[in-house]
Amino acid sequence: MRTLLEFEKPIAELEAKLEDMKKLALDNNVDVSDAVRNLSSAIDTLRVETFQNLTRWQRVQLSRHPDRPYTLDYIERICSEFHELHGDRTVRDDPAVVGGLAQIEGVSVMVIGQQKGRKTKERQHRNFGMPNPEGYRKALRLMKMAEKFNIPIVTLIDTPGAFPGLEAEERGQGEAIARNLKEMMILKVPVICIIIGEGASGGALGMAIGDRVLMLENSWYSVISPENCSTILWRTWEFKEQAAEALKLTAIDMRDNGLVDGIIAEPQGGAHLKWDEMSEILKKRIISEIANLEKMSPQERISSRIDKFCSMGVVVE
Amino acid sequence: MSWFKRTEKGINTPTELKRETPDGLWYKCPECKNVMHTREHKQNAYTCIHCNYHDKIGSEAYFSLLFDEGDFTELDKDMISGDPLKFVDTKAYPDRIKSTVEKSGLKDACRTAYGKMNGQDITISCMDFGFIGGSMGSVVGEKIARGIDHAIKTKTPFLMISKSGGARMMEAGFSLMQMAKTSAKLALLEEAKLPYISLLTDPTTGGVTASYAMLGDFNIAEPGSLIGFAGPRIIKETIGKDLPKGFQTAEFVLEHGFLDFIVDRKDLKDKLASLLAILK
Repeated sequence: MRTLLEFEKPIAELEAKLEDMKKLALDNNVDVSDAVRNLSSAIDTLRVETFQNLTRWQRVQLSRHPDRPYTLDYIERICSEFHELHGDRTVRDDPAVVGGLAQIEGVSVMVIGQQKGRKTKERQHRNFGMPNPEGYRKALRLMKMAEKFNIPIVTLIDTPGAFPGLEAEERGQGEAIARNLKEMMILKVPVICIIIGEGASGGALGMAIGDRVLMLENSWYSVISPENCSTILWRTWEFKEQAAEALKLTAIDMRDNGLVDGIIAEPQGGAHLKWDEMSEILKKRIISEIANLEKMSPQERISSRIDKFCSMGVVVE
Repeated sequence: MSWFKRTEKGINTPTELKRETPDGLWYKCPECKNVMHTREHKQNAYTCIHCNYHDKIGSEAYFSLLFDEGDFTELDKDMISGDPLKFVDTKAYPDRIKSTVEKSGLKDACRTAYGKMNGQDITISCMDFGFIGGSMGSVVGEKIARGIDHAIKTKTPFLMISKSGGARMMEAGFSLMQMAKTSAKLALLEEAKLPYISLLTDPTTGGVTASYAMLGDFNIAEPGSLIGFAGPRIIKETIGKDLPKGFQTAEFVLEHGFLDFIVDRKDLKDKLASLLAILK
C-alpha cells in the first residue's frame, strides 16, 4: 500500500483512472489507445508541473516519505558485497548507524550511514535514525580503518538529529560529534558524503565532512528542523512551512549558497517511486566521484577539504 | 499559606530584564540572596563572596581578568553579521542584529584578542551570551577561525571561552558550517602542536558543545555551569521523565569523563598560566 502525500494525490488519482481505462478496454476488447495516450501525457505533465513547483516544506515531506529508500536499501542495490561491522569498542553497537566494507563495481569502499526503520518495531530498534554517541564513534572507528587500508569512504546521511537523551549526554554526544568533525577533516582517503533524506544539524554534520558533500534532489540539510525552528522562533509548530522557507534548506538552496558541492537528481516523482533507478544513479555518481578524487594526493585532498569548509560564512567588515 | 511561598524554583526573569553585570552599588547574589558591595563582587572575579556563585560575565570582564593589566589587542573588532538568507521570522534578521548591537554595545557574540597572561603570550576568543544568546553564526565562526590563525602565526596558545545556546538559527546552513570551520582550524592548531584550552562556562550547549568547546587539549569549566549537547527541556520532553538533580552540570560532565578539571574563576588566570608554563 503506497503512502501518498497531499500533493501526490491528484497524480495518483489520474493514474488510477488510467489503470481502470486499460482494464475496461481489455475486458471489453475495445481500442482506447488514443485516450490512454492522452491521459498518460496529462499525467506526465501534471507530475512535471507538481515537482517543478515544490515548496521547501513539500521537499521536507518527500525527504521523510515512508516509502523512501534508506541506507541499507541503497547498500543492497549498489554494493556487490557488504560486510557489516558493528560496535564502537567502548560501549555498545548503535543500530542507528550501519557501516561496513563493501565493493561497488569492483571498487573497495567503506560505506557508513544512518539507518531508519520502516516498521514500528524496526523504527524503535533504529531509534528513528537518531544516533547515540557510540554511533558516531563507530563511524569514526570504521573511517580510521578505511584510512589504514587506503579505502575511500562513502557516508549516507539520513537523520532527524543526534539523539537528545539522558544517556547520550552522559556518554558525551557533543564530544563524539566534535571529534568526528575534526578527525574527518584530516582523513587521508577520499571522503564522499551524500544526504539521502534528512540532514538535521550536528547529528548530520558529524558524519558529513568530506571532499564531496552531495544532496539528493529531495533531501534537506540545515541547522535545525523546520518544526523545531518554528517552535523556537514562533513558539508553536504551526509555522513549519514558513520556517522551511526561511531556513533555505533544500538541495538547490544549499548548493547555491556554496554549502554543499552538488545535487544528485532523483527519478521523476521522487526516489521513493523508483528505488532501483535511484540506486543506479547513486552508484554511477559514487564511482565517478571516487575516480576524480583519487587523482589528487592525500595532502591535496585534505587542504582543499579544510579550505572549503573554512571559506563558508558571510560576514561584513 | 502556600501561596505566600515561592513554588517555582529557578530564575523567572524575562530575558529583557536580565543583564550580565549589575549596575549600582550593591549586588545581590541570585543564588544565596546575600548582598555585597559591587566593588567587592568585582574584586572577587564576579563570584559571590558568600556562596561562590559564578555570575555570568562577558568578554570584557574575562579580558580584564586574564590579560596582564587588562591590556590586550583586539582582532577583527569591526566584523559584523551579514544576512545571507534574508531571514525573517517575527523580525527581520538585520533588524534583530541592529537592536541587539544597540542594546548590548557588542558587535556579535564573540570577541578575540591577544596579549600577555602572567607574562606569557596568549590568544583568547571569548563568547558573549548577551548577544542573541551567545549564538554561533558566521561572525562567531570566522572570529574564532582567525583567532586560531593568529595563534598559529604567532605560535601562541589558544584559549576559547564558550558561553552559548548553540548555533544561530537565522543563518541556518551557514551557522551549521561554522562547526566544521572551527573544527578544521583546530585540526591545524593541533598539527602546529600548540596548546588549546577550552573553557566551558554557563551555559555551553548545542553546536558549540558539539564542535570547538569539546575539542580542547584541556577541556575545563567553571563550577556549576550548564554543559550539554541537547538542552534539558528537550531531553525531558524526549524521554518523558524528570531529569536527575545535577544533570548536565560541570560536575556531572567531569564525573563522566569529558572535562579535565573544574576551575574557580578566581584561580583561573594563575592556574592556566602555570599549566601553560609546564608545556613550554
